[in-house]
Amino acid sequence: MNEAFFISILVITIRAGASLLYATFGAIITERSGIQNLGVEGIMIASAAVSFAAAFHFGSAWIGVGAAILTGVLLGLILALLTITLRAEQVVSGLAITIFGSGLASFMGQRLGPGSTTMVGLQGPSFQRIPIPYLIEIPYIGPSLFNQDLLIYILYLIIPIIWFYFYKTRKGLELRAVGENPQAVDALGINVTRLRFTYTIIGAVFMSIAGAHLSLGYLQGWADNITGGRGWIAIALVIFSTWNPLRAVLGAILFGGINAIQFRMQAAGTTLPSSFLNMLPYLATILVLIFITWTEKFRKRLGTPTALGIPFVREEKR
Amino acid sequence: MRIQLIKKTNPKGITNLTIPIVSFALALLFNALLLIIFGINPIQAYTVMLKGSLGSPYALSETLVKAIPLMLTGLGVSIAFHMHFWNIGAEGQLAMGGIAAAFAALFLQDSIAPALMLPTMIILGIIAGAIWGLIPAILKSSLGVNEILTTLMMNYIAILTVEYLYLGPWRDPQGYGFPGTAKFPEYAWLPAITGRIHYGLIFALIGAVLLWLILKFTKLGYEIRLIGENPKAARYSGINIGRNIVIVMLLSGGLAGIAGMAEVAGISRRLYTGLTVGYGYTAIIVAWLANLNPWGVLIVSFLMGALLIGGDQLQVAMQTPAAVAQILQGAILFFMLGGSIFNRYKLMIISGKQKEKTEAEHE
Repeated sequence: MNEAFFISILVITIRAGASLLYATFGAIITERSGIQNLGVEGIMIASAAVSFAAAFHFGSAWIGVGAAILTGVLLGLILALLTITLRAEQVVSGLAITIFGSGLASFMGQRLGPGSTTMVGLQGPSFQRIPIPYLIEIPYIGPSLFNQDLLIYILYLIIPIIWFYFYKTRKGLELRAVGENPQAVDALGINVTRLRFTYTIIGAVFMSIAGAHLSLGYLQGWADNITGGRGWIAIALVIFSTWNPLRAVLGAILFGGINAIQFRMQAAGTTLPSSFLNMLPYLATILVLIFITWTEKFRKRLGTPTALGIPFVREEKR
Repeated sequence: MRIQLIKKTNPKGITNLTIPIVSFALALLFNALLLIIFGINPIQAYTVMLKGSLGSPYALSETLVKAIPLMLTGLGVSIAFHMHFWNIGAEGQLAMGGIAAAFAALFLQDSIAPALMLPTMIILGIIAGAIWGLIPAILKSSLGVNEILTTLMMNYIAILTVEYLYLGPWRDPQGYGFPGTAKFPEYAWLPAITGRIHYGLIFALIGAVLLWLILKFTKLGYEIRLIGENPKAARYSGINIGRNIVIVMLLSGGLAGIAGMAEVAGISRRLYTGLTVGYGYTAIIVAWLANLNPWGVLIVSFLMGALLIGGDQLQVAMQTPAAVAQILQGAILFFMLGGSIFNRYKLMIISGKQKEKTEAEHE
């Protein structure tokens, strides 16, 4: 295997994995606070559409990211209102966000091109790859890790920050506690509702950046069904990571790698029908889920936050 | 003074239609705002949707045609939701049913009598859908693998399998490149009751009766409801949850399988890309809006069918994306979910003095 080929695989792995990791971080943050967000796919695809449209019409990829963040805040707010304030069923609330977000994205995709036409095939501003001097000269690692776009470099910084926040700060301790035992957090005089609202919205913002990176960084354009289940794969990665952000990095690299292999095989013109090639990530998700559930079963628990999906009701404490 | 939510003492027994109707109205308003933002006249759009879906006998019949797969998948999803087994794989189960039926219609022409073709297609459709539902059920009951993700991933696999078949080995050799299989022989067509409304409607009615009977009168139905309401109590009382998951998912997948069979045999009469257009996802909304009640599923399916046909009309008449229907579905679900709190809680505005009194009452 020659060097150029190997590096091209690594480059795609990072690019595909980055969007997955943003989404997975978002889902971990939300679930750690005790709220299940099954709207990842919807938030991602709506944000991908909004960010591409905004970037295209205002001529700046950063405005695209800003618009995506706004989308994430709004959809996260809807989910938080439903699940926290109104104590609605969390699984169905998340599905509702996904259905709504997918509809919105499909609508905007057909409508927000120039003169109310489709956005498919348009070229707009995007995040270009910026090689980092010196670092890029490291063999293999340099050209794959340090010749990427800005959203990916920001993600490199987020990884240690999120780990530090989770495990080394008081706020992080509160976040982990509120998903495990909200009654105890409440007894300490901390506002459970406010905490959950905050993290549900922050989580949704991460998911929206994942969407923006799809249409402005990785794929650089709009296509119908651009997310192709990546939001759901991110939810599977949360389980794979056992809610640990560092293990999520591993998962994202694994699935980014599957994407890269798929991509390279398609480009190389394999005899395998493309339908089968496209099944790879979904099959892998099922297999990984089976494997992780099976192995973690022996360790007694999966790391699922104990209070995940259970509304916090103060009055019922007797 | 403050607003407080008080738990209702009798959360059961509320069968009023206030919440769904108010939710629908609020969703229409919310959606109208979105349409205005995008420069579309909502009144004009809603008129087109209403006329196109309910305004003429033809429109009504198209709505009913669209409602049939929603009824069948909606029934399937609702029985699984009853025990909080989140089957969001109806789309894939429908696709597998369609594949199995198409297999019989295309490749068993020589080995079975024409009169037995439709029954064979029905049975194979049920079996294929049930197997697709069985896999996540077994994974859940034996290992505890998250069913939301497995059912969903299996949708993608099923849809890609359909694509592989009609683009690859099953493609019509005389189709001039049309992406689809050959047309089925006429005896493999599901007969019409009237116009384009086919016997799938009868399947849906039978399915609803069956589910109602199961839920109301059988031990299985009792156990399903108990597991859904209180899984801990169900386990303590000796109910085998794993076994129930398997049975329920066989039923659920089987119902979606017939939906797929009815779609290919009653509408397209071939396997092609139009089989998987999202009925399985709309089924989730149908089930929830119907409060998981079989009769409710039939009614809500009709309304959602109208919404989908209305969306198509919007595209034809106003060049407005049909996705408006999907946005509206999502919005309806938001308001339904939000409103459901009034099923369980009373809203009370409490002044300082009253507060102690009400609290004493509820102790």
